[in-house]
Amino acid sequence: MIAPEAPAGNPAATPVQLAEPVLEIRGLCVDYGYGVDAVSAVVDCDLVLRRGEVMGLAGESGSGKSTLAMAALRLLRSPGVITGGEVLFHSKPFSDEGPRGTIDLLAASEADLRAVRWSEISVVLQSALNSLNPVITIGAQFEDLLKVHRPSFSKRDRWDRSAELLDMVGMTADRLRSYPHELSGGMRQRAMIAMALALEPQVILLDEPTTALDVVTQREILEELMGLREQLGFAALFITHDLSLLVELADEIAVMYAGRLMERAPAASLFRAPRLPYTYGLLNCFPPMHGPRRAMEGIPGSPPDLRLLPTGCAFHPRCPWAMERCRQERPVLRALGGPDREVACWLHAGAATIPDELNHPEPPAAGRRPAATGRARAARVRR
Amino acid sequence: MSVDTASVGTGTVLEARNLTKWFSVKRGRGMLAGHARLYAVEDVSVSIGAGQVTAVVGESGSGKTTVARMLAKIITPNGGEILLDGRPAPRGRPRDYARQVQMVFQDPFASLNPVHRVRHNLVRPLKIHHVTDDIDAGVAGLLRRVSLEPPEEFASKFPHELSGGQRQRVAIARALAVRPRVLLADEPVSMLDVSIRLGILNLLADLRDTDGLAILYVTHDIASARYLANTIVVMYAGRLVEAAPSVSLTDEPAHPYTQLLLSAAPDPERPQPPSLVRSGSPPSLVAPPSGCRFHPRCPYAMEICHRVSPPSVEVSAGHTAACWLHVDSGRRQVEEGRSADGVVTTHSPASRPGPERSQQTTATRAVSKEK
Repeated sequence: MIAPEAPAGNPAATPVQLAEPVLEIRGLCVDYGYGVDAVSAVVDCDLVLRRGEVMGLAGESGSGKSTLAMAALRLLRSPGVITGGEVLFHSKPFSDEGPRGTIDLLAASEADLRAVRWSEISVVLQSALNSLNPVITIGAQFEDLLKVHRPSFSKRDRWDRSAELLDMVGMTADRLRSYPHELSGGMRQRAMIAMALALEPQVILLDEPTTALDVVTQREILEELMGLREQLGFAALFITHDLSLLVELADEIAVMYAGRLMERAPAASLFRAPRLPYTYGLLNCFPPMHGPRRAMEGIPGSPPDLRLLPTGCAFHPRCPWAMERCRQERPVLRALGGPDREVACWLHAGAATIPDELNHPEPPAAGRRPAATGRARAARVRR
Repeated sequence: MSVDTASVGTGTVLEARNLTKWFSVKRGRGMLAGHARLYAVEDVSVSIGAGQVTAVVGESGSGKTTVARMLAKIITPNGGEILLDGRPAPRGRPRDYARQVQMVFQDPFASLNPVHRVRHNLVRPLKIHHVTDDIDAGVAGLLRRVSLEPPEEFASKFPHELSGGQRQRVAIARALAVRPRVLLADEPVSMLDVSIRLGILNLLADLRDTDGLAILYVTHDIASARYLANTIVVMYAGRLVEAAPSVSLTDEPAHPYTQLLLSAAPDPERPQPPSLVRSGSPPSLVAPPSGCRFHPRCPYAMEICHRVSPPSVEVSAGHTAACWLHVDSGRRQVEEGRSADGVVTTHSPASRPGPERSQQTTATRAVSKEK
């Protein structure tokens, strides 16, 4: 296993020791279609998800955020094609079962993938109604799952474990006898989360898990999820278009635009001191809940067509600070003032003067909160 | 219970008074199946003034879209009345009414005819309502009004060639074609990308300010309602719970439900995320809770909330809330006494057949739960 070394950086900026990576995406490229018709949906993306942390992946529809995550887990459907890169999964299972060591998910055999999927890396998708089987009860779906992955369980064990899982997400055990259509949207999504957590995964991928839900339900589910993360210590890759939600929730946020990662920073830094004009624009798309009302502009124009990407920086036609260089050369992601931040923007490449809006000082408490360790899991009922 | 917003703003164009709408739903299976009434909207009064935006905020199932559809006369209310310029609106949906009240729908991917060009979508209302003789100039003017320039280029495109934001602009242009006085916008931005939502909201604000359009903005996003609207009304389980000028409502929410809604909304400025674990979910509308609809979830629920639905009271100028917390204790006791004597005060003019609702069981359950 590759022993990941914490990047040596300014110790003042990173007071908390970074947790070790659990999922490393390196140079991932994904196309839709083949040959000349191919559209590059994800280009050269690097992302490191650390143990016990929440990584937020933000972007508009079509920015490639879901494609990136699906490709990383080899769940991409045709015509999606992974054209390059590697995805290293450093497995240290919580339970006795499951593989150990580093696996390249993109090169792994079907058998290896099968050992990892669901038990070590699980997924919660946006539409729970489409993810649950509509013709069998919730209990039967738990039963199926546990039968396959926990062959040692008796029928009684499986039922007890299912009830325990539902209890964990705030549902009563009698719901095991319900069919998906008998549950509300929030309940269905809770059941999905319980299923995703059933085998104690190390990584959970949340692809817009609450977008279809009402704000109150959304908040409740996210609260429960974050509580469970403290308890169980899984890492989460949280995909959403709602940047304001991520700021409250994630440890670190990566922003995607037109298939590329454009900025990566700790959540508080990204919110208080965005460095990328696109991030700045996105943050200004959410009207505030306090203070005087003022006119806001959002981002002019519309997201680009991936078939006809602008030259240079893909964001330059919408960028208020676009320079000549932005029209010609594409900026690459580079570190900015420490290992914690990366931005792909020519404004920060040295030559240009940085606009005030993109030059706020880093917030004082920009350090990470300690990653969840899942220490509480010892106290939990274990079989 | 009617939260009156008529006082806010002058020049009320469209007004809904005590609107009630129920849908018949099937209950049970097979031969024993019966029908029950689902009260989607109960006793809701809203008014929309010229040059004003009134936002209707609520969770899904709260009845906010039903209110908009009743105002557009797409569905017929079971009770209450709709007033246009203070006069009762005509029955049915005459062309004259449609010409003054237009609706913009949530999903611009579904509301435009996909097999016709943008031009066709805009020409239809112009021709049907005999708005103008010069059709080409009319189409160009409409597209310019919604900032789709150059208009000739956009007029010849098909909806699938446009982005979501551009489609919604076409849908708004189509609604503007008949030069309406009222625009009912049903979640106009919720299907759009975040970066272009503000563009559409700003367009609506511009229509309000320059054309004096009266706009009803239906949304679940209270932050955008605060941004755009002059007045916000909050709906819960088919009823109005609070109505106030938008800043007053978001800064000093008076109703516990509004407070819950606000604390659940994403707000990065908040130092510490709020905790609202197990705050319950909206009730079934077929058998809603007795008394105040919100009492099973309300942290401040009192004895009276279980039994009597609260009247709407003025908390401050122009700010009304339907909550017993804001009723002075003397009046509360009087009401309580009356209901205890067996005189059921519902504050609702909608009389409904008893057997269809299991009010009693819900109430008993809620009370015993508290004990």
